Amino acid sequence: MKILFFLVTFLISGSLLAAESSNKNMPKHEWSFKGITGTFDKAALQRGYKVYREVCEGCHSMKLLYYRDLMDIGFSEAEVKAIASEYTVLDGPNDEGEMFERSARPADRFVSSYANENEARASNNGAYPPDLSVITKARKHGEDYIYNLLIGYEEPPENIEVGDGMYYNKWMDGNQIAMPQPIYDESVDYDDGTDNNEKQIAKDVVAFLKWSAEPELEVRKNLGIKAILFFLVLGTVVYLAKNRLWRRVH
Amino acid sequence: MSNSSEPKKYKNSFLNWIEFRLPIISYFQKEYGDYPMPKNCNYFWSFGALATITLVVMIVSGIFLAMNYTPHTDMAFDSVERIMRDVNYGWLLRYIHSNGAAFFFIIVYIHILRAMYYGSYKYPRELNWILGVFIYLLMMVTSFMGYVLPWGQMSYWGATVITNLFSAIPIIGEGIKTWLLGDYNVGNATLNRFFALHYVLPFVILGVVGLHVAAVHVHGSNNPAGIDIKSKNDTVRFFPYMLIKDTIATCVFGVLISAVIFFGPNLMAEVDNYIPADPLVTPAHIVPNWYLAPFYAILRAVPDKLGGVLLMFGAIAILFVLPWLDRSKVRSCNFRPIYKWFMMLFFINFFVLGYVGMLPAEGTYLLIARVGLIYYFAFFLVITPFINRIESPQTLPASISDVYLSENINNLAHSAEKETN
Repeated sequence: MKILFFLVTFLISGSLLAAESSNKNMPKHEWSFKGITGTFDKAALQRGYKVYREVCEGCHSMKLLYYRDLMDIGFSEAEVKAIASEYTVLDGPNDEGEMFERSARPADRFVSSYANENEARASNNGAYPPDLSVITKARKHGEDYIYNLLIGYEEPPENIEVGDGMYYNKWMDGNQIAMPQPIYDESVDYDDGTDNNEKQIAKDVVAFLKWSAEPELEVRKNLGIKAILFFLVLGTVVYLAKNRLWRRVH
Repeated sequence: MSNSSEPKKYKNSFLNWIEFRLPIISYFQKEYGDYPMPKNCNYFWSFGALATITLVVMIVSGIFLAMNYTPHTDMAFDSVERIMRDVNYGWLLRYIHSNGAAFFFIIVYIHILRAMYYGSYKYPRELNWILGVFIYLLMMVTSFMGYVLPWGQMSYWGATVITNLFSAIPIIGEGIKTWLLGDYNVGNATLNRFFALHYVLPFVILGVVGLHVAAVHVHGSNNPAGIDIKSKNDTVRFFPYMLIKDTIATCVFGVLISAVIFFGPNLMAEVDNYIPADPLVTPAHIVPNWYLAPFYAILRAVPDKLGGVLLMFGAIAILFVLPWLDRSKVRSCNFRPIYKWFMMLFFINFFVLGYVGMLPAEGTYLLIARVGLIYYFAFFLVITPFINRIESPQTLPASISDVYLSENINNLAHSAEKETN
């Protein structure tokens, strides 16, 4: 039986290890959504959305989100309507067969700044700013990596030549990134009086991106505790019954 | 209702009516009620049941996913994300399905290792083993195709690398590759046919599983002592004795898989697969799913492409003939003092191959992969056929109930010792 236990742990841990092998010592940070009972801090998510709107949105799309999704992070229906109406979408064709522009509604997806990838590349020195909808799931070390990247801009060491239109970043693969430093102290004004230093701004926007990538996180963890408890209780009862049943065989 | 000439085996007249026309009731009674299991079977014997449960869960969750999935290169990625966001409990379906695939392989690997260690593949269960290897092969094909469906970067490039293997075959290779892909490159035609096959193959697996189970029920299950059932005293009925053990195993499995599904659903996934497929951008490292990695390591360990492909397929094909490679009459490694350790080393070696299969094939990793490859084949072609010439197995116990009794006496002595201490 011991062999079995070791084998199972061995296989599972091995497969997790293989998927999780890390290359650098990526600094880890405290997040409210970490751990078994982790939850999102809605105030932080709302601040993070403000950062996205004022800093990231100029270049990065979030095509998988709808404006209505913002109600999940505490915006009221009226607020979401107001936010959506600031954007313009192309709709149609109408009864005359014409395409027309109208202001966005909560049921519309987040409007991208660029019409397509080519326009995005043309405006960004040939680099394509990735869509941010699931970015924390699409990078190793997820939220920790994105956070480190946002505050990881430095003067390049003397022996490194940074390419034209590129910037030096500690955490980027190859240390060169096409995105200029996006966040500085006080680059976003917070309405709720939270200290708007560089780290706080980065932290809030990363929390928002985490929510965008895993909006089901709170429901999932909640259901997970119930599922595990179910199997534990059922398992214990069946185990006791088994001992009793097998006593007759012995 | 029922004619007076019809036999009345059961109290319930409906059951009698069915039984007279289709003897399915007595079949289930025989195969899942009275079916004799050796009473010394440990929890390794629960993995067959676990695998069957997982297969059913995979099929059910897969059907619901398919209802919401769009097999088109422009829409596949977004449709999977739509399942995760907008379909009720879609995230649960998808995480059950993706992690279920990984756990299915963990279970099946343990099931195979159990069969190897306790010699379950030997006479008279050879056909059973062959059917099992066939299931394993079908699982690999199915999971590979399933991995392509989300149409992320690893889906696209994994499919490109694997289908490219066929082009290594001389003369007809390129033709086979194009025939498989339906195009010159991995594209919409490929995605469509992979979806169709990924939907149908699990039902083929289910069919072969049916044969696999039917075959094992002919001569009965093997057991840790590897000796035949001699009397009724050696066995217990499947219901309720084994069923209750399988239920405990299922609960433990449920805790483990729930921990991953709910608290680390992407731990076994590659981050690159959350980036939509882009034929113009090659990922830095193209890695297969970890459960296929041992064979990927073998493929890359050989400098020649065709040689690598042949050895990779050979590594799977050799499993089919294992019952005839092993000349020893003793089934269980518990009674084979030398082979036991080679067997353990084989398990570790397979695991190490999988590990280096996930890493870049260079330097030490490549060397490890080559050593692992040599041991993999040496185990089957040299050690297994010839070890019985130098190994003298321990004397086998007279009967299963003897083993069972002595184990229990040991256990009792142990617990008595503990109590006196």
